[in-house]
Amino acid sequence: MKPFTYERATSVADAAKTAGATQGARFIAGGTNLLDLMKLQIETPAHLIDVNHLGLDKIEKTQEGGLRIGALVRNSDLAADATVRRDYAVLSRALLAGASGQLRNKATTAGNLLQRARCPYFYDTRMPCNKRQPGSGCGAIAGMSRNLAILGVSDACIAQHPSDMAVAMRLLDASVETVAPDGSARAIPIADFHLLPGDTPHIETALKNGEIITAVTLPKPLGGTHVYRKVRDRASYAFALVSVAAVFGKGGEARFAFGGIGTKPWASADANAAAPRGANAVAQAALAGARPTKQNAYKQRLTQATLASVFRSWEKKA
Amino acid sequence: MTSKELTRRTILQGGAAVAASAPMMAAGVAGAAPAPPRQQAGTKMAVGLSVNGRDVHLDIDPRTSLLDALREHLRLTGTKKGCDHGQCGACTVIVNGRRINSCLSLAVMHEGDTVTTIEGLGTPEKLHPMQKAFIVHDGYQCGYCTPGQICSAVAMLDEVEAGMPSHASEDLDKVSLTEEEIRERMSGNICRCAAYPNIVAAIRNAAEAKA
Repeated sequence: MKPFTYERATSVADAAKTAGATQGARFIAGGTNLLDLMKLQIETPAHLIDVNHLGLDKIEKTQEGGLRIGALVRNSDLAADATVRRDYAVLSRALLAGASGQLRNKATTAGNLLQRARCPYFYDTRMPCNKRQPGSGCGAIAGMSRNLAILGVSDACIAQHPSDMAVAMRLLDASVETVAPDGSARAIPIADFHLLPGDTPHIETALKNGEIITAVTLPKPLGGTHVYRKVRDRASYAFALVSVAAVFGKGGEARFAFGGIGTKPWASADANAAAPRGANAVAQAALAGARPTKQNAYKQRLTQATLASVFRSWEKKA
Repeated sequence: MTSKELTRRTILQGGAAVAASAPMMAAGVAGAAPAPPRQQAGTKMAVGLSVNGRDVHLDIDPRTSLLDALREHLRLTGTKKGCDHGQCGACTVIVNGRRINSCLSLAVMHEGDTVTTIEGLGTPEKLHPMQKAFIVHDGYQCGYCTPGQICSAVAMLDEVEAGMPSHASEDLDKVSLTEEEIRERMSGNICRCAAYPNIVAAIRNAAEAKA
């Protein structure tokens, strides 16, 4: 690990201000992803701002009937929260499908949204990777791409977004609240929060320099039947090959979001519109524009099969 | 030093008496003041925390993981370093009642925290019920993952008691400790000897004894 300086932030405003004014500064909360990457010298921050003591660990109802989740709420607490279990079960299910008990106890809501790629070429510093080292090329496209994305890919990067939680947040149309170094606050719709890789895969989110996430807000509950189905190489504690989040309404209408197949948490209005026509129609719409490699072409068929399983779960529950 | 006092560790360290070298000092952990705002690059930082009921004060490089602080600075070598990347669970300790991977946490981030390691759960003379259950059910082979398994299992049962659901929970509101639940909840602890059937039996037994 490269040497760094460390400080404990005492207010959101100061944290953002310091981050904006300090070269190579990074926020650290749970640290489960950042420290892993620092040990491999993939992340080499010069300064760490510990944001764990900012009091952003509350879950509160909003005036609009939704839920405001503090940036520091741990993944295990969010999954177990009574309101989330009852009104946003798809979010509980997605969280519980991710990582391990130990990691969920540390990992935070904001940190989960910001977790970085799990592409083997991103992790191997001897390999080219445009995300890790802009301009060095992508080793994955013609290499080991079995786990990687088929949607939203570019010639520069095909790394899939690894989060389960973010897939449910995408389905629920969450909004990411932030504070900038100048003290201004804004809310970023989750659909706009994660960026497609394009020519700049190292720029992963809409966050500006020094901007800090304070909360994630959910609109009022959708009701309906919530399903999260994750397919992976082992039964637990593995990243998704394909995952599907779904909420089915009473009249057969539904909305979906997908993990494991997109360079960002994936959703499509066409896929939602295809719900009354069944799993295959939804798959076909969701996979429009897919650009698989030889190694990950199976994900198309797997998405279809996973959707079929999701529809069966819904029929069983409804 | 008599041969009885020789441990594998003292032999590894050339027989040096290390027991007294742990830099433990009484520090006002409970009323810990916020840390100094910023330290100079490359300098050590002070951190005070409670480990196994004892207040300890460390002056350490901020890069030090909680795992390394426990093993290398406090000589609590029961907690094991497996992968050092949060993938194996051998480093699991209990911080403020929650199980975490101590390898993926900086020691300086634990100012004022309460840490329990395997040494704090029980002693050879007075074993924790979970330790006993692992012995009775032969829940290990090489033993390297065992301290992490036991710390994880103890905190996991508290999570179940608190009604926290898991991926294996059919109903998010009704948690019961089936074998499937134990396997899912313990998936963050890998055993390369694959002593899993006996680990599950041990945990089940300890849970039943607790209930």
